Amino acid sequence: MEEKKIRVLVAKPGLDGHDRGAKVIARALRDAGMEVIYTGLRQTPEQIVETAIQEDVDVIGLSSLSGAHLPLFSKVAELLKQKEANDILIIGGGVIPEEDIPVLKQAGIAEVFTPGTSTKDIIDFIKSNVK
Amino acid sequence: MDLVTRIKNGDRRAAAKLITMAENDSPEAVNFLRELYKYTGNAYVIGITGPPGSGKSTLTDKLAKELRKRNKTVGIIAVDPTSPFTGGAILGDRIRMQDLSLDEGVFIRSMGTRGHLGGLSKATLSAVKILDALGKDFIFIETVGVGQSEVDIVKTADTTILVMVPGLGDDIQTIKAGIMEIGDIFVVNKADKEGSEKVVTEIELMLDLKQDNSLWRAPVVKTTATENKGIEELLNTVLEHLEFLKTNNLLMKKRKEIIKNEILELVKLKIFNVIYDKSTENNIDINGLIEKVYLKLTDPYTASTEIIKQALKRL
Repeated sequence: MEEKKIRVLVAKPGLDGHDRGAKVIARALRDAGMEVIYTGLRQTPEQIVETAIQEDVDVIGLSSLSGAHLPLFSKVAELLKQKEANDILIIGGGVIPEEDIPVLKQAGIAEVFTPGTSTKDIIDFIKSNVK
Repeated sequence: MDLVTRIKNGDRRAAAKLITMAENDSPEAVNFLRELYKYTGNAYVIGITGPPGSGKSTLTDKLAKELRKRNKTVGIIAVDPTSPFTGGAILGDRIRMQDLSLDEGVFIRSMGTRGHLGGLSKATLSAVKILDALGKDFIFIETVGVGQSEVDIVKTADTTILVMVPGLGDDIQTIKAGIMEIGDIFVVNKADKEGSEKVVTEIELMLDLKQDNSLWRAPVVKTTATENKGIEELLNTVLEHLEFLKTNNLLMKKRKEIIKNEILELVKLKIFNVIYDKSTENNIDINGLIEKVYLKLTDPYTASTEIIKQALKRL
């Protein structure tokens, strides 16, 4: 009777206070049958990683609109590696310039979704990349 | 090192993994839980229940901090509802517990109800055991926002705190059966709001009418959790209840009650699984029985007895 459910942590690292987008994503993932852990605004990378471990999530979705995505997203990826939890898939979203995307992917972010992405694309990406 | 040893040594990742396995009904989970069982029973389990928006998460957060001040370790299991339509869930109780996320003495796990009624999820009890074996001194279970009949928490916790707030209805609500009967301690949260004194009086009046021989009269504690008011008093009241349970041999009685409930639930589940097991070749022909009942060749009462007889043979 085993039934696996995809668990996603939706987190907002750093100082920006706009979580409309994160909430829209959280809602869309919920409607796609996933369990979404939402932790609120202004999380440090350390908090995000510890939460991801305790909640045993399959995916971390990071949202940033502040421009600080490079250091913050990379730090999350680095900490996950340190904790040997880099089997957790990291995806990112927000206002992110085209030229930063390869840098983020290099750092360990599996995919980056910029404004205009349909929620279906994000759901499909998660479903096909979670083991 | 195996999972159970890692949990016993305080490995948070191992604990988190086993909770997931239990939630997913993984067949291996039972083997690990079986092995883990002997390391449980040391934690004191506190249930926090009440209507949606009454402040359960904030109270849990503040009580956990108060316990940390007293050098106790804390586990928190926060249950939120799963959508009956999509199976998805938004688990948002951690929003009120942000400061606790980096405290090594605290472990927080959010769970969806996954179709389970009664205010908890099916794997809540397993999660309690896992955090117990992980070495947490106190474990809080925060139920989903409840209405009137979600009373599973009393079958799981040593002490149940029922959180009320002003403005939920008149005093007839307090004498209805169900949720109002399960509080070992009542909290009137948001006590800075108008009407809180009236709620306290209504609860006290309800308690006056209670006619049992219980030695414990549920205290009513006023709190304003967002401002940390009344939290120390509430924790002291919780500890008094624990002391009361211990000195009157009631903790043992309560835990036996919890064990009894768990065993009976497992029995039900096992029989149910046998009945619905489609993988075995000699599965029970439920559809055939439905057909016979429809044609009035037999009746539902006889058919159900027949199913149970066949199930018992296959166990």
